[in-house]
Amino acid sequence: MAARVAAARPRPARPAPARAGRGRRARRLPAVRTAVIAAAAYLIAAIFLLPYLEMLVTALRPQRELLDRDYLPHHWAWSNLTGMWGSGFGVTSSLRVSLEVAGGATILVTLVALPAAYYTARHRFRGRWAFLILVLATQMLQPTALIVGIYQEFLSFHLIDTVWALVLVNAGFNMAFAIWIMNAYFSSIPAEIEEAAMVDGSGRMGVLLRVTLPLAAPGLVTALIFTFIAAWNEFIAALTLTTSNSAIPLTVRLDSFIGQYTVDWQHLFGASLVATIPVVILFALIERRVVGGLTAGSIR
Amino acid sequence: MRHRLEPLAWLGPAVALIAVVVLWPIVALVRTSMQNITPIGVTIGSAGVANFTKLLHDPNLPGILVRTVIWVVAVVAITMVLSLGLAQLFNQRFPGRRVTRWALIAPWAASVMMTALIFRWMLQPDNGAINIFLHQIGLLRQFNSNQSSWLGRPDSAFAWMIGVAVFVSLPFTTYTLLAGLQVIPGELSEAARIDGASWWRGYRSITLPLLRPAFVVAAVINLMNVFNSFPIIWEMTRGGPGYQTNTTTVFMYNLKESFIGEAAAMSIVNFLLIIVIVLAYLRVSNWGRAGAA
Repeated sequence: MAARVAAARPRPARPAPARAGRGRRARRLPAVRTAVIAAAAYLIAAIFLLPYLEMLVTALRPQRELLDRDYLPHHWAWSNLTGMWGSGFGVTSSLRVSLEVAGGATILVTLVALPAAYYTARHRFRGRWAFLILVLATQMLQPTALIVGIYQEFLSFHLIDTVWALVLVNAGFNMAFAIWIMNAYFSSIPAEIEEAAMVDGSGRMGVLLRVTLPLAAPGLVTALIFTFIAAWNEFIAALTLTTSNSAIPLTVRLDSFIGQYTVDWQHLFGASLVATIPVVILFALIERRVVGGLTAGSIR
Repeated sequence: MRHRLEPLAWLGPAVALIAVVVLWPIVALVRTSMQNITPIGVTIGSAGVANFTKLLHDPNLPGILVRTVIWVVAVVAITMVLSLGLAQLFNQRFPGRRVTRWALIAPWAASVMMTALIFRWMLQPDNGAINIFLHQIGLLRQFNSNQSSWLGRPDSAFAWMIGVAVFVSLPFTTYTLLAGLQVIPGELSEAARIDGASWWRGYRSITLPLLRPAFVVAAVINLMNVFNSFPIIWEMTRGGPGYQTNTTTVFMYNLKESFIGEAAAMSIVNFLLIIVIVLAYLRVSNWGRAGAA
């Protein structure tokens, strides 16, 4: 391919501004180039963070300054952060529901995805391909398109307004990610390691727990965190399947703020902040491996 | 010697979960689309294809379909073009790269409905931060005016929501393209440069073709997310004024409130469109050739 490029016509006379490192003349350029690139990257990073900074600023804005035309409030109302937990807003109970849903979905995904990922990584068997394509299909489908069907189903199961309905839905639609990423880790562990441990007298389960799982731990942790975040942020299924005050998670609670006559924006964004900061930090921990899990279905 | 049913023990729980959460709802969806259900949830009887005919004769449907196409095409196209640039930028070496990449994660990790809410707040006609900024640079003449209530007019509301959808899509597509860039050997573009090829020439003839698989995967997954996107429009306009900022997904949800049969019919149409996208995805990905895998 390089040969083809070499045969190409000489480059155009006017160099692009962001270009550097051409020939001897451009010796001094790398420093300038790096500075320009870094400046552009910092600017873009700032733009990506701005809405969340606004979230923080509004969370700390005193009620009487909500209508001011200023970027920053004149007084910082730290008391908002305690006031928003008041019983009138329901943030506390919704936070508990969100934790139960996200935690429950994470546990359920682990229980069903772990054996499936391990078995498909270790064995070739009839139906393996069909199973994997079924898993991929669940990853491509989202609750949104099926929400009317999901609602009717859980209505007939009498599971409307329960944590269980949301645990099941979130686990089902996030299982694929967990299977892909753990399958990749299990596949990368040579079967000989397990066989050697078995020769040493450990049972199959013992080997799985003491040898294989620790080696696959990064994949497992990625799957756990990813599922937790996805379930934590899920909106449309929660909006459809839960309505009563005691059963709605945080996303639906914040949505219910909007319809009210006066919106308590400072409390709304205080709660948003509480919901956002932990998941951004968790996400940063698995950042390098997430793309793999989301796209692995296509490079199988 | 392994028993023939052994796979069932290992895969059974996963299959059961898929059956409950995906397959059963599909059946329920099809049934509902052919039933006559009153707004308070009483099933009167079979409706045949009446829900579908009612949907097809809905005067709002043509506009909603056109808007859905605009929504999907605009968001995916803008996202992919911008993320090509972003991936190129964040693939360079510079001090603080890791920290700036973390900043890029925020809209990905945060709940989309909360991101949409903060944009709604920043677009408040009277004192939203975006309006304050537009006023300072002279683009906004007056607060609390027709101009400053961006979400009150369907066209400007839709444009802003496309912007928010691009904003929350960029991290995933950029990261996927970054992963694609990292497997392209640096020597290739190095060689091209030594041979005197311009940066753009090298990018077009070497980087872009090698980036194609990552690009296709990112675009199709993004397409799926954007088509199914609900929280942005729901939080910023609820699909209003009237039905003028509904996409088929939001319209389905709005119908669900009172006409669940018609909502199911809309879902079936959406579902079929998604199947088409999935099949296209399987074709362009390795699955198309992996029948024996």
